[in-house]
Amino acid sequence: MTDTPTDHIRNFSIIAHIDHGKSTLADRLIQATGGLTAREMTEQVLDSMELEKERGITIKAQTVRLTYLARNGESYELNLMDTPGHVDFAYEVSRSLAACEGSLLVVDVTQGVEAQTLANVYQAIEANHEIVPILNKIDLPAAEPERVRQQIEDVIGLDTSDAVMISAKTGLNIEGVLEALVNRLPAPKGDANAPLKALLVDSWYDQYLGVVILVRVKDGRLRKAQRIRMMSTGAVHTVEQVGVFTPKMLPVDDLGPGEIGFITAAIKTVADCKVGDTLTDDRTPATEPLPGFKPSIPVVWCGLYPVDADDFEKLRESLGKLRLNDASFHYDPETSAALGFGFRCGFLGLLHLEIIQERLSREFDLDLIATAPSVVYRVHRTNGIVEELHNPADMPDPSLIDHIEEPWIKATIMVPDDYLGSVLTLTNERRGQQSDLTYVGNRAMAVYRLPLNEVVFDFYDRLKSVSRGYASFDYHMDGYAESDLVKISILVNQDPVDALSFIAHRAQAEKRGRSICEKLKDLIPKQLFKIAIQAAIGGRVIARETIGALSKDVTAKCYGGDISRKRKLLEKQKEGKKRMRQFGKVEIPQTAFLAALKMDA
Amino acid sequence: MEPLALYIHWPFCLAKCPYCDFNSHVRAPVDQARFAAALRTELAWEAARLGRRRLVSIFFGGGTPGLMEPATVAALIADAIRLFDPVADLEITLEANPTSVEAGRLAGFRAAGVNRLSLGVQALDDAALAALGRRHSAAQAIAALEAARALFPRLSFDLITARPGQTVPDWRAELRRALALAADHLSLYQLTIEPGTGFAALHRKGQLVLPDDDTAAALYDATGEEAARAGLFAYEVSNYARPGAESRHNLQYWRYGDYAGIGPGAHGRLTLGGTLRATCRQRAPEAWAGLVERHGHGSTEETPVTAPERAREALLMGLRLSEGIDAARFASRTGIALDDALDPGTLARAVEEGYLVRDAVRLRATPEGRKRLDALLAALAR
Ligand SMILES: Nc1nc2c(ncn2[C@@H]2O[C@H](COP(=O)(O)OP(=O)(O)O)[C@@H](O)[C@H]2O)c(=O)[nH]1
Ligand SMILES: C[S@@+](CC[C@H](N)C(=O)[O-])C[C@H]1O[C@@H](n2cnc3c(N)ncnc32)[C@H](O)[C@@H]1O
Ligand code: SF4
Ligand SMILES: [Mg+2]
Repeated sequence: MTDTPTDHIRNFSIIAHIDHGKSTLADRLIQATGGLTAREMTEQVLDSMELEKERGITIKAQTVRLTYLARNGESYELNLMDTPGHVDFAYEVSRSLAACEGSLLVVDVTQGVEAQTLANVYQAIEANHEIVPILNKIDLPAAEPERVRQQIEDVIGLDTSDAVMISAKTGLNIEGVLEALVNRLPAPKGDANAPLKALLVDSWYDQYLGVVILVRVKDGRLRKAQRIRMMSTGAVHTVEQVGVFTPKMLPVDDLGPGEIGFITAAIKTVADCKVGDTLTDDRTPATEPLPGFKPSIPVVWCGLYPVDADDFEKLRESLGKLRLNDASFHYDPETSAALGFGFRCGFLGLLHLEIIQERLSREFDLDLIATAPSVVYRVHRTNGIVEELHNPADMPDPSLIDHIEEPWIKATIMVPDDYLGSVLTLTNERRGQQSDLTYVGNRAMAVYRLPLNEVVFDFYDRLKSVSRGYASFDYHMDGYAESDLVKISILVNQDPVDALSFIAHRAQAEKRGRSICEKLKDLIPKQLFKIAIQAAIGGRVIARETIGALSKDVTAKCYGGDISRKRKLLEKQKEGKKRMRQFGKVEIPQTAFLAALKMDA
Repeated sequence: MEPLALYIHWPFCLAKCPYCDFNSHVRAPVDQARFAAALRTELAWEAARLGRRRLVSIFFGGGTPGLMEPATVAALIADAIRLFDPVADLEITLEANPTSVEAGRLAGFRAAGVNRLSLGVQALDDAALAALGRRHSAAQAIAALEAARALFPRLSFDLITARPGQTVPDWRAELRRALALAADHLSLYQLTIEPGTGFAALHRKGQLVLPDDDTAAALYDATGEEAARAGLFAYEVSNYARPGAESRHNLQYWRYGDYAGIGPGAHGRLTLGGTLRATCRQRAPEAWAGLVERHGHGSTEETPVTAPERAREALLMGLRLSEGIDAARFASRTGIALDDALDPGTLARAVEEGYLVRDAVRLRATPEGRKRLDALLAALAR
C-alpha cells in the first residue's frame, strides 16, 4: 500500500469554473475506482460540510486516493486534490496545486471558457502543471464541443487534440479520464532515501482526532512514531497516525515520496500548523525547506457583536473553535460605542464572511450583529506614520491625514456581447479602469482594475443580475493606490452609530449615504417614536430620512383574567429590550447592518 | 379594607367560536346541578376567608353564562349578598349571546337580580357573523337587544371590528346602526388573533388577513369619532359609555382593585393579611368541580404579587383608562411611587410626543398614547 513506486503515482487537481462539473467528475472517479460502495456514495462526496452541500460550493480542499488498474495491466495510485471554486478561496487553490503535478481542466461544453476557468488555468500553469482538457456535459443537446475546443486553443493556448470528451453525469468515458491521468501526467519525483521533506498542504480540527494535517511527501518517508519538526517554527511533534483518504480515512504504515495523505501528532490548534510549511525528521532534518507559498491574508474585515451582550464569552469560544478549523480567518477583541464588546474579524472575502457568520449562528446558535465590512486602508498621517485601518470607526480626524491608499484588484470578467454594455456601466460606477477588452467568439473578456472596496459588498450579485447570470468573474489582489476617501457616519436620532459608518470615495459619498438612509428606512420597523436617520461627512449632513411612529399597537381586551399574562408578557418584552442593542432609543434589527450596506443600482 | 368585585365564571358554550381563547367548553348536556353546587361551594369558601367585605359588583362571565339556569344565578346572587356587604347600587352583570335558548331566560335573569346585561352581538352583518363562526343572525341580535332593553336597567353589547377586509366606511355604517340600537354602553374590540385558535391556524396559512396597522388605526379613530358623536365616550381602550354608565366591575380591574374570581380558570387579586395575592383556579371544568367537591375550592396556585409586579400591573391596567392613574392611589396600592415605576427618558419623550400627560395628581395616556399602549408600556415600565 505504501510502497507504491513514484512512477505509479499521479497527483492531480480538478480545476473548473463553478458548475462546470468538478464535483460530479470527482464522484465518478471515486465510483469508477471503487473508493466507495454504491450505498456509501452520496451526491458530491467531497463537499462534506452542510453549508458546502447547500450552497453547492467547495470551501475546504479535500483529497482522495484512488487505486486504478490501468489498461496496461498496472495498478496506479491516483491522488485527487479537490479545490474550492470561489474566488474568496483562491489561496486554497494555489496550495492544492502545489501538491500536484497535473490538472484536469473541466470545461462545460454548453458554456465554454469562463473567468474562473482562466484564473485557475493560469495558476496551474504557474505551478508547472501538465493540463488535460476535459470537455464535460457532452450528453446535453446544447453541447458545442468543437466551439469550446477552439476557444480553449485561442484563449488559453492549450492543445485540445487529445481533450477527453465526457459526461460526468452519465459516467460516459470516465475511463478515458483515468487513462489520460496515467499516460499524460508526469509521475512525481522524489528520493526515498533523502531526509524527509513534506509539504503541509492544509490542516483542520477533527472532533475525535484533534488536528489533522494534510501532507504531500516530496523526499524521504513519513511514518508513525516519527519525531517531526516544522521547519518554520522548529516545533517538534510525534506522529501518532499516518493515513490516506479513500475518501474514508484509512491508516497506512508510512507515506513515501510523491504520496499525499494525512497525519495526526497531538497538535492542539490549526494555528500551529502553518500552511506551506515543510515537515522534516527531527533527528535527520533536511537543510532547506520546500518553497512555501504566500500565506492567505484577510482582505475584508467587519465587527461581530453578540445581540445579547451576555453572549460575549460564548462568541469568543465559538470563534476559537471555528479558527481551529480555518486558520485563514482572524479575530481580535474590539469595542464599539454602540455595540459594546465584540470582535474585529478578518476574512478572505465576502462569501467567507457570510459563511463564518452563518456557521456561528447555525452551529453555535449565536445571534450576531455584523458591522459594515471594510477593506484594509493604508492611512498616511501627516506626521509620516502609516497605519492599516480595518475599521472605519478608527479613521483619524481628516486634519491628521496626509493621504489614504486603498487596495485594488485585477478582475477578469467574461460576458456575452449582449450584456457587455451593462457590465461596463457597472464597472464604471464602481470606479473600474479598463486594462483590456478582447473577444472570445461572441464573448467579451474585460480585464479591469477595481478598488476592492467597490467589490466586497455586492459586486458579484450585481454583475450576475445585470448580465442575467451570464457574466463570470474572477480577481486577484493588485496593490494599493492613493484615493480620495471619506468616512460617512450614520446617525440615528442624532446619535452616530459607529457600527454603520463606512468609507467611500468622495464622488460617491452622497449617493451611498442616500441609499443607506433609504434602506434603513425600509429595514427598521416603525417604533413608538419617529426616527430620524441621517448620513453625514464630518458635521455635514448629506442625506436624511424619517421613519414615522407606528400607528397602532394595543391589546384590545384586557380584563381581570388577563393581568398575570399581560404582566409576564411585558416583563419578557422588557427583558428582551434590555438585551437588544439600542441606538438613541431605537431598536435596529441585526439583519439591518449588513443589508443596509448592500448597494443597489 | 379594599372593596371587592366578584367574578363568577361559567365555562360552557353552545359552540366554540374560531377566534375565541376564553376558557370555554362545549358539553352536551351540561351537568347544571353539579356546576351550580360547585360554584356555590367555592363562593362560600372564598367568602369565609375574605370576611364581610364591601361588595361593589358581581359579574357572570364566560363562556356563556346566558346558558346558566336562572335559578343558579339567583342562588349565587343571594349567597353573595348574604356573605358580603353589598353597596346599595350593587352592579350585577351577566354576559349572554343572542341565541334563542338564552332569549327565553332573560326575564329569569332579571328576576334573579341581574341589573346589567352584556350581549355578545359581534357584528350587525350576517356575512360577517358567519365568518366569525357565530350561530345567530343580525336580526336575532337586534331582537335580543330590544328584549333586553325592555328588561334591564343597564345594557351593553360587544362588537368585533378590524375584521378581514373591513373598510372604514363599512365599519362607520355598521357602527352607526349599532349606536342607534345602543343603550348606554358598548364594547368595541379589534379582532385579535389568539394563539391556538382556529383563526390562528388560518392566519398562519395566510387564509385570514387582518387589516394592516394603518387601517386598524383608522378604524380605531373612526370608532372613537362615531361613538362620541352618539354621546358614548372611550373611557377605556375598547369600552365606550355615556358618562356615569361605565362598567363598575371592569373599572375595578383597571383601577387595580381587589376582585375575587371563582369558577374554572378564574383569576383574582385579593388582599389577604395585608398582602396582595394572585389567585387562580383549575381551568378544566370537570377537574375544577372535582377539586371543589373534595376540598371546597378549585384553587391551584396562589402567589403573592411583589411590589414591582404590582407596579407593572397597575400601570398596564390603569393606562388603559382615559382617566389614567391616580399617583397617590398607585403608591399606596403598589408600595412604589408612580414616578419611580417609570423610565424617565421615555416619560419625557412620550409627554413631548403627546402620548402621555403627567400632572400633579395623575398620569394618563392620551387617545394617541392609548392607541400605542403596548409599545408605550414596553418602553415606559421599569
Ligand atoms: N447534463 C449534465 N450535467 C452535468 C454534468 N456534469 C455535471 N452536471 C451538472 O452540473 C451541475 C454542476 O455540477 P457540479 O459537479 O456541482 O459542478 P462544480 O461546481 O464544478 O463542482 C450539477 O447540477 C450537475 O448535476 C454532465 O456531464 N452532464
Ligand atoms: C367573554 S367574551 C364572550 C362572551 C360571550 N360568550 C360572547 O361570545 O359574546 C367577551 C367578548 O370578547 C370579545 N372577543 C372574544 N374573543 C375575541 C378576539 N379574538 N378578538 C376580539 N374580541 C374578542 C367578544 O366581543 C366577546 O363578546
Ligand atoms: S366567543 Fe363567547 S360564545 Fe364564542 S366560544 Fe368564546 S365565550 Fe363562547
Ligand atoms: Mg462543487
